[in-house]
Amino acid sequence: MASICGRFPRASCSLRVGSKPQVGVLALQGDVDEHIAALERAGAKACAVKTRAALDVCAALVIPGGESTTVIKLLDRFALADPLRERVREGMPLWGTCMGMIVTARAVVGLDQPTLGLLDVSVRRNAFGRQNDSAEVDLPIPVLGAEPFPAIFIRAPWIESAGAEVEVLASYGGHGVMVRQGRVLGTSFHPELTADPRLHRYFLGMLAS
Amino acid sequence: MEQKGTLTVKRGLAQMLKGGVIMDVVTPEQAVIAQEAGAVAVMALERIPADIRAMGGVARMSNLELIRSIMDAVTIPVMAKVRIGHIAEAQVLQALGVDFIDESEVLTPADDKFHLAKNDYTTPFVCGARDLGEALRRIAEGAAMIRSKGEAGSGNIVEAVRHMRAIGDGIRELTVAPKEELVSRARDLGAPLDLVTYVAENGKLPVVLFCAGGVSTPADASLMMQLGAEGIFVGSGIFKSNDPKAFSKAIVAATTHYDDPQAVVEASLSLGREATAMDGIDLRKVPESELLASRGV
Repeated sequence: MASICGRFPRASCSLRVGSKPQVGVLALQGDVDEHIAALERAGAKACAVKTRAALDVCAALVIPGGESTTVIKLLDRFALADPLRERVREGMPLWGTCMGMIVTARAVVGLDQPTLGLLDVSVRRNAFGRQNDSAEVDLPIPVLGAEPFPAIFIRAPWIESAGAEVEVLASYGGHGVMVRQGRVLGTSFHPELTADPRLHRYFLGMLAS
Repeated sequence: MEQKGTLTVKRGLAQMLKGGVIMDVVTPEQAVIAQEAGAVAVMALERIPADIRAMGGVARMSNLELIRSIMDAVTIPVMAKVRIGHIAEAQVLQALGVDFIDESEVLTPADDKFHLAKNDYTTPFVCGARDLGEALRRIAEGAAMIRSKGEAGSGNIVEAVRHMRAIGDGIRELTVAPKEELVSRARDLGAPLDLVTYVAENGKLPVVLFCAGGVSTPADASLMMQLGAEGIFVGSGIFKSNDPKAFSKAIVAATTHYDDPQAVVEASLSLGREATAMDGIDLRKVPESELLASRGV
């Protein structure tokens, strides 16, 4: 049981130059602590990012689970959207889980919802249904090995269509649920809610490459 | 292999709401205002708590057509309230497909002794609590999320502060209690030993803890986050203010940046010179029989 509850994180990135590379978790809203704990279990130094200054010192960024309409508005309101786009275009690895993948996508099917446009996919929100259809699934992910991954889908999106440069790394119910385009990774499900470290390790591997 | 309605996916939805603001709304139009302001979810109601309080009488589950119209109006999760212990209202809201059910003391209790057996449902439940024992009893019954009760519809934060401090103090006491004491602590708290042991070992509840009851300003939201809330319910505070759009945006900003007083200043300034928060009630002048928080312990 990897449930982590406690005070919502304070901004926690060290702004000192020359400190060990930090993996930031965008902390405007969502399951931030769970990602910080999972990244640290996988061997990284992780911190909560709420400001541009914190974003600037991160070597990689995770956008966690949460509500996409909320976070895209807050990215805009706190002037973080453009700096984030710029960092990713310069090569900073980015991973969006569930809400994070929606925020990262090029477009949201059927909704006039702004996004960051960093992953050349269109996503369908709440694609599997409302909360009563949220589910735990044993998901085959070939790049992580033969053992299926314990994927937790919560009001999850799926990939409706993907551009030529996007690699679909896992599918469920006939739709992509894990995709990668260069140094940008997206998953429909929540590896941070499990004790399985393989996806967080995979993401840290993108930082090393 | 696909499993729905597990403890993990029920508690998981609450985890996705952390750091966010959940707003009471009584029309689809208000729901859209809330979503536009950055709410992470809305609570669909016929009347906000301040009006329930003013009207008196029996408050029940809201009109289903209204709840459905709010579900159709927004893409964020929609919550709705059932009376404490009302099995059939809960079954109906689950069948309607709401994302979260609040077994709420704000409505008139249907059962004056027992809460719902919430583990039996696919839909997750949130329940109110005034102290650690109440919180753990609700979790034992299956609540996937806890909120302070506060005193709903009062515009007065004092009860929410009291409840958040009581829950936090209860947790801290357990973390330093010797192992030998845990069984009698569980007896005193009126809570199962396995949950008491979990809290003693982890220093936190096994589910997400939000604040509810009396939040009216950006500074109120920051206060409650600093006292350990992982997010905020705002009931009457938004649509009883004189500028719901401005108040909803400002409370969202102050919740995210609760740890940065300058950001709370900016959120408060964004309200403008004409802004007035909802009228509040001095709870010392409210008779015991009219207090909501003592319902369902």
